[in-house]
Amino acid sequence: MYTFKHGVHPCEQKDQSKDKAIKVVNAGKVLVFPMQQHIGAKAKPCVKVGDNVLVGQIIGEADGFISANVLSSVSGKVTAIEDRLSVGGQRVESIVIENDEKYDAIKGFGLERDFNSLSNEEIIKIIKDAGIVGLGGASFPTHVKLSPKEPNNIDYILVNGAECEPYLTSDYRLMIEETEILVKGLQCILKLFPRAKGVICVEDNKKAAFDKITLACSSISNIETALMKTKYPQGGERQLIYAITGRKINVSTLPADVGCIVDNVDTVISIGNAVCKSTPLLRRIMTLSGDCYNDTANLNVRFGISYKEVVEAAGGFNIDPKKIVSGGPMMGMPVFTLDMPVSKNSSALLAFSKDPLSNEKETNCINCGRCVSACPINLLPTRMLKAAKSENYEEYIKLNGPECITCGCCSYVCPAKKSLTPYFSYMKSAVGNYLNSKKEEVK
Amino acid sequence: MNLNLNVQSSPHVKDTISTSSIMLDVIIAMLPATAWGILRFGMNAAIVVIVSVVTAILSETLFNIIVKRKNTIFDLSCVVTGLILGLNMPPEVPIFVPVVGAFFAIVIVKMLFGGLGQNFMNPALAGRCFCLISFAGYMNNFTSRMSVDAYTSATPLLLLKNGHEVNLLDMLFGYIPGTIGEVSAICLLLGAIYLVVKKVIDLRIPLVYIFTFVVFIMMFGQGKTTNINYIVGEVLGGGLIFGAFFMATDYVTSPITPLGKILYGILLGVLTGVFRLFGKSAESVSYVILISNLLVPLIESFTIPTAFGKEGK
Repeated sequence: MYTFKHGVHPCEQKDQSKDKAIKVVNAGKVLVFPMQQHIGAKAKPCVKVGDNVLVGQIIGEADGFISANVLSSVSGKVTAIEDRLSVGGQRVESIVIENDEKYDAIKGFGLERDFNSLSNEEIIKIIKDAGIVGLGGASFPTHVKLSPKEPNNIDYILVNGAECEPYLTSDYRLMIEETEILVKGLQCILKLFPRAKGVICVEDNKKAAFDKITLACSSISNIETALMKTKYPQGGERQLIYAITGRKINVSTLPADVGCIVDNVDTVISIGNAVCKSTPLLRRIMTLSGDCYNDTANLNVRFGISYKEVVEAAGGFNIDPKKIVSGGPMMGMPVFTLDMPVSKNSSALLAFSKDPLSNEKETNCINCGRCVSACPINLLPTRMLKAAKSENYEEYIKLNGPECITCGCCSYVCPAKKSLTPYFSYMKSAVGNYLNSKKEEVK
Repeated sequence: MNLNLNVQSSPHVKDTISTSSIMLDVIIAMLPATAWGILRFGMNAAIVVIVSVVTAILSETLFNIIVKRKNTIFDLSCVVTGLILGLNMPPEVPIFVPVVGAFFAIVIVKMLFGGLGQNFMNPALAGRCFCLISFAGYMNNFTSRMSVDAYTSATPLLLLKNGHEVNLLDMLFGYIPGTIGEVSAICLLLGAIYLVVKKVIDLRIPLVYIFTFVVFIMMFGQGKTTNINYIVGEVLGGGLIFGAFFMATDYVTSPITPLGKILYGILLGVLTGVFRLFGKSAESVSYVILISNLLVPLIESFTIPTAFGKEGK
């Protein structure tokens, strides 16, 4: 079985929602589309207030090399272009569309296509036009990822189906319900990299999905499946590449440098939908779980629908939540309002009635080394924390601090209840600024 | 919907383990040895251990009151310190000795340096060595009222040093003179197994320590290099088991780096060998651990692990 060294094993909590089939959420009257739903330059609106738009129409154009298109998920009228709150917590220029509920789509929408008849350039263009970004969490534009400098050096396409965060079951449901299009999507990618082998990687707590995929691709020579040990962060890019290929990357190298491209299962499914079914990326699959919901669910949500409507679609809360998390509990972001639109960088929506962490008091570090044993990057988190708190950048760099992937394992295991990860997230940008200012001083 | 939400950053779940639960495990692990010590040496042993623990708790409370800090006794680390110190006392020691030792351990060695996690020496051992130096006569008197007929006050290590054979089974089960907690290897190992199962201690330090020590005495043991009685006697005697599993593994005063733990174990093994073979005293584990404690920052500074993906770069 494939795995990496160190890591933690939080309580999985997936049983609460793993048998709930994906349900479609109906869109409301007003939908909001932020121009920044991805890493890179924000998209530029290409519609005006008063314009009529169709399902699948590009309303924000990718602006720059690393950027992604934004598409309308409904048909209707543009009523405003203004700053609105987005998932990251910032106010971002957004296009507001009034849904006419006709769902008229652009020409050619939904037409079946044979990927073998398309050229590589055409496939990349379809992916770019469809606004596809990495749906595993980072939201990196997929067409950029699929255009490495040396395509011939790529020998592994790794499909990340680890879903190692507790509670989340959306990837699991997708792997079971959309197995066929997942395999097709992977074949589309493999067409771009003739030397590569596709490996669909699944943790062993999702055996049903693994078996179904293994069966579906048994007759395809260049696709394999790999069963991985259930451990967090198995789905981290560096951990996944190491587990499957034994190759290692660090903060300054890309997967492509070691011949790998890693894509989340939902990203691959979106590629399959865009290329083979002419259906661009218009929806997010969200797991709603935690003890506050009347019923947990896996939902298919059109972009632009507000979180509030999503919660209502799942039957609402039966108890007031104390904490709502967008994403998994290990790396997800806390949510402070539900007046935000679902977008590409949305993830699960977990709602908890209790937040035991808020009452925890930090005590002295006892040097127990649990953080060291948990760190998948072999760092010394407790020493890094000291360096971070005293803003000793040189020491932090000497301790390899910039290699931190902020997975949260150190905070998870700390018996002194230290909050380590937030400091390391902060140091990511602080160290960058420090190095830049040092460079300028030298000049 | 009126939401009043907490928004601290990730992770949003944490393990249930805490400092006090770890300390409680260490206390539980020392109970077999404590029970055996009391059973074997009688009431005075019980009083020594209790006085030591109570003094440790009171010293920490008093210190916190005087410096106006929040009371920290509920992390249970002072109980661990008091218990280890008590178990390191001879059974018939006068009561004022553990009082002075526990006060010194808690106030001077631990609290004055910033409390739990900030001390650079193992407090219990520093307290013991303070007593060894200050009250040498009391601290080296291992006669016991309970065993006055059958046993002399000579510890097995002294016998070995003077070329005698020792009864290994007595050492294993604890029918030997010594400090309250160190005499029964079986009871100590039971506790050690508990700590390993509960993942409280890492076996690298104790195993490397004992292994290095055995190799050392086999190399330099002057004519006794293959004498099983001698080698096993040296391992079971003189608090080596107690020291290796319960004191050398003290989190605060041992290296945090994986390679550092190995080096630390080797250092302990070599120093123990040197002290026992070439030193005047037969006992040395406490001093060896204290000296090695001082070298921990140095060991850590050159054993920073290579980050994932930075190998060979």
